[in-house]
Amino acid sequence: MPTVFDFEKPIYELETKIAELKQFSADKGLNLNREIEVLEQRALELKRSTYGNLTPWQKVLIARHPNRLGARDYIDNFCTDFVELHGDRAFGDDPAVVGGIGRMNGYAVTVVGHQKGRDTKENLVRNFGMLHPDGCRKVLRLMRQAEKFGRPLVCFVDTPGAHCGIGAEERGQAEAIARNLMALSTLKVPIVVVVIGEGGSGGALALGMGDRILMQEHSVFSVSSPEACASIIWKDAGRAREAAEMLKLTAQDLLRWGVIDEIVPEPLGGVHRDPEQALELLREALFRHLDEICRLDRGELLRTRYHKYRAIGNL
Amino acid sequence: MGPESEAGPAGPAAPGVVQAPGEVGTVFELFRKSKYFTVQPESKREIPEGLWIKCRCREILFSKDLSRNYKVCQKCGHHFRLTAWERIELTLDPDSFVEFDADLEPRDILEFPGYAQKLAKAQEETGLREAVVTGEGTIGGHRVVVVVMDAHFIMGSMGTVVGEKVARAAERALEKRVPLVAFSASGGARMQEGILSLMQMGKTAAALGRLDQAGLLYISVLTDPTMGGVSASFGFLGDIILAEPGALIGFAGPRVIEQTIRQKLPDGFQQAEFLQEHGFVDLVVPRNRLRDTIIKILGLHQQGE
Repeated sequence: MPTVFDFEKPIYELETKIAELKQFSADKGLNLNREIEVLEQRALELKRSTYGNLTPWQKVLIARHPNRLGARDYIDNFCTDFVELHGDRAFGDDPAVVGGIGRMNGYAVTVVGHQKGRDTKENLVRNFGMLHPDGCRKVLRLMRQAEKFGRPLVCFVDTPGAHCGIGAEERGQAEAIARNLMALSTLKVPIVVVVIGEGGSGGALALGMGDRILMQEHSVFSVSSPEACASIIWKDAGRAREAAEMLKLTAQDLLRWGVIDEIVPEPLGGVHRDPEQALELLREALFRHLDEICRLDRGELLRTRYHKYRAIGNL
Repeated sequence: MGPESEAGPAGPAAPGVVQAPGEVGTVFELFRKSKYFTVQPESKREIPEGLWIKCRCREILFSKDLSRNYKVCQKCGHHFRLTAWERIELTLDPDSFVEFDADLEPRDILEFPGYAQKLAKAQEETGLREAVVTGEGTIGGHRVVVVVMDAHFIMGSMGTVVGEKVARAAERALEKRVPLVAFSASGGARMQEGILSLMQMGKTAAALGRLDQAGLLYISVLTDPTMGGVSASFGFLGDIILAEPGALIGFAGPRVIEQTIRQKLPDGFQQAEFLQEHGFVDLVVPRNRLRDTIIKILGLHQQGE
């Protein structure tokens, strides 16, 4: 049984009806093509109007859809010769973050990303993509390596936020994030970031600064998860839906504020409804941006990156 | 309201008119406030309002004595939070401070419910325009650019104006080739400015990155509290990181952690001393020695003098 949200129910009901009708027509040898066509047209219109007018909270739900593609899916599809690299060389290997080297559109690249689990068991291992300081430092190590070998860096962002816990604090969660931000802002290689699901707080930003920031159409990026925001402002995480409306966290909002550079379209209804098409859509945008920034002069690249961040919020 | 509030930073002349700690505002204030000092709630009172202040160790302190002692409890050593102007007064050489960007004012860009009122209230109560005061001056004769946060202004949270002022301060330090000294006091990124607040972490880190590459000194002093988006950006990027005793320092707030892991946190967790033990703070320095320690460090960054 696929995950169907309340607002999608009319669409699924119509699609089920169409499938039944097709089956019936095949079984009985009746020509119901005209009727089916009318219903299909109606389903398409319904999808367009539903998915074209999603509320921020509905986008949060789609961004967290369990069948949405994760970093590894994109890495495996976009890279040839991918070699995963583990560990921060200091404490351990944080499974909430994946990283490695591979070839993407002809360029040897370093690629990192938050990785959620595909099921409950994997989610427990990967801590739902919520990184520890060790995950930040693994990314920092791979960034420095990318710089040493002149490889562009590609980052996939998909996390509710950095992990909250005793170990994370003992090992310097804040320091680890801060170091990554400084490193990303000064790293002497091109960086493309793609927000592929949810980008929550400092844990997202630790992999989320660069020369180009792309966001998939229904992904979200915010100062904190709506739950954390509601908990901070109203001391009630249950008011997350309300917080989502206020946070202005959709790709469309962020493009308007100049925080991101491009919105990458998703298949109608979201990535999970047509993963193949989603891969193609992102491949086109990512490769195009990668190619563009790899051709820029490195000095110019760093100056532009600096001014881009300096300008955010100066409205 | 502290005794210094009337002499607050509202006008450009503020640095010169900040009162010395220990002075009570006016005669009227003395009478007005003394009327109700006996009914003050005994806990959580951090900003001295009357003549008497009860410390969390239950000791009753005469506010004049407290101010003379750097707002540190004589009995238990508790460091009361300072306002930005009190910090400047305690740290910089007299009359040396010149404020930057005093006119920058936050706006309710996202039209976040209740934010405009919250800002107005914070401005009225603190006399500040934002949660940070930046400027230049001298400390023990050393020219520096300083960033001083004030936790009394929406818990020192960082929105676009705080980020902008910190970034500009770092850029001015770079331009003038002088050290940067920042005093953090913040609950983290400001929710009411959404993603734009988050991006200020990137902005301040980028500005400090340039300072770092130019080989300039940045001393970061973490005071109570330094959390979330501020600790995870300019707070922890100091070449040298000092902290005041007992200051709460970390990424996630203790309440959030307790709710997440469903257990009580150990005593002293996320306090300055804990951070020093775990290797994230160079030195915990009591307030009465902080200025001298900073002067020593600044001196050691001048070769051959």
